[in-house]
Amino acid sequence: MEENIIQVENLSKSFDISSKEPGLKGTLKHFFKRETKSIEVIKNINFGIKKGEIVGFLGANGAGKTTILKILCGLIHPSQGRLSVAGNLPYKRRSNFLKNITLIMGQKQQLIWDLPPIESFYLNAAIYDIEKFEAKKRIKKLSDMLEIEKELYIPVRKLSLGQRMKSELLAALIHKPNILFLDEPTLGLDINAQRNLRKFLQIYNKETDATICLTSHYMKDITSLCKRVLCIHEGCLTYDGRLEKLLKKISPVKDILIICKTDKDAKELSNSGFNIKNQNQKEITITIKKDSIKSTLNNIFNKFEIEDLYINEPPVDEIIGDILVKEKV
Amino acid sequence: MFNLNKNKLITLLKVQYSNMLEYRVEIALWAISGIIPFFMLNIWTNNNLNESINLSNVMLSRYFLSAFFVRQFSVVWVVFTFEEDALLGKISPYLIQPLNPFFRYFAQHIAEQITRFPFAIIIALIFFLINPESIWIPNLSLFLLACFSTFFSFLIQFLIQSIIACFCFWTEKASSIERLLFIPTLFLSGLLAPVISFPEYVKSWIYLTPFPYLIDFPANILSGNNTNIISGFFMQIFWISVLFPIFKRTWSLGTKKYTAMGS
Repeated sequence: MEENIIQVENLSKSFDISSKEPGLKGTLKHFFKRETKSIEVIKNINFGIKKGEIVGFLGANGAGKTTILKILCGLIHPSQGRLSVAGNLPYKRRSNFLKNITLIMGQKQQLIWDLPPIESFYLNAAIYDIEKFEAKKRIKKLSDMLEIEKELYIPVRKLSLGQRMKSELLAALIHKPNILFLDEPTLGLDINAQRNLRKFLQIYNKETDATICLTSHYMKDITSLCKRVLCIHEGCLTYDGRLEKLLKKISPVKDILIICKTDKDAKELSNSGFNIKNQNQKEITITIKKDSIKSTLNNIFNKFEIEDLYINEPPVDEIIGDILVKEKV
Repeated sequence: MFNLNKNKLITLLKVQYSNMLEYRVEIALWAISGIIPFFMLNIWTNNNLNESINLSNVMLSRYFLSAFFVRQFSVVWVVFTFEEDALLGKISPYLIQPLNPFFRYFAQHIAEQITRFPFAIIIALIFFLINPESIWIPNLSLFLLACFSTFFSFLIQFLIQSIIACFCFWTEKASSIERLLFIPTLFLSGLLAPVISFPEYVKSWIYLTPFPYLIDFPANILSGNNTNIISGFFMQIFWISVLFPIFKRTWSLGTKKYTAMGS
């Protein structure tokens, strides 16, 4: 059996957080006697990730996804548990480990703001002990793939968000890391830029067999990149498995779009006790359980004049949105 | 822990120098803002205070000009940038690179000093135009010794501020601790007055602290004033070797506390 490149056992992380009541009284109280409490943000989590896998971390804001990524890349120390990433203890931050990983945070940048990105790329190349000639080759290849050849010589502050994000990606990948931790990599990007970035990540994964751990609130990122997802809710791992299995498990329903022949049929259909999701004149979308499709359709065809009919899965975004709100998967 | 080599250092310096050149006007203003020794010179000479320490006007002028130069090439602000970077989570990407982030700050300081150099020379030329009797050319060996002691002074200050900066991992507002050190640094370093002018009871203990080796010692070497060069260098190296392990330990403990806030 193939060994896991990332192995996490009973991982927990607590933060000490001080709280303050509002108003002058609260301020004075806070000044003289600060109340701190320990909050467990990651609770006894276990999982393993194999080389080359692309795994998505799902969860609402504050669920603990980013904290897990920060622990895995060695940025913060775990409070409890055992973990191994590429055979290393990440928080020791040994040089050979750091040369194997990268972390990209959508809202944080490492490029030097007032200089063109090429300067940061060469700096990173030197930091990762990459020869200048080799660095040049890699910059050329990655900039071609990311389509940012022209932007390499423009100061970062003058680049658009999408161009900046691509440059960040190039800076983070110049040392050919085997493990990528991506925290909201498409944050703030337009649809085209998001699509290009996803395409690039797919190619990178295919070409280098790199392992990718990804968090994103854009469900398209998850659905187009990740076969496997880990759902985190209030610091606990509530699901670990294939995305499609999750969708089946939590969404045993289908959407049926029915186009009625007459307004009268549409009106009667809408008053027949079905779970109406949408109605637009003669077009009605109802949601029904998968196991009752046949009987429901028979019933509809017998009672109403139907012009056309489409059976669809509910949009994935909608289902995953529900997961983020619901406690259990 | 540090993973530094020649190639990394040179590239860091080149990139930071390019970056600093983007701020050349700002740096020129910083250089001008460092003219406090000239104000002090004015106060000293106009009140004939130099007579009390047996230092001629010319030697005093040279001392304060040297103090200006030493200050220009040893000024440190790492605690403020590090504090901002730590609190906003900006150091997160640097922490997972195989190079201690402090080298970035170190390179920033050196690059900034190189950028300051021409402005400092212009200010010195203006000073000589106003005070032509103060013109002097230090001999090469003294000049080199002054350069070394200025660099050591910079290292001492950089290490002190870096240790304080590491307190960001615990207190979040570590720069306020640095402000506590600002007053002794201002008064005891020789920026406002040569340490030789201090009362005997102050001189009896002040040389045991790092402060006189920050401005007074290098400025005395450069200006050709009497100073004990061997004991001065010994004390500078002593303080560097005391502060460096403290910095290493504080850094190591601090990064364990890092929570990557804001990222």
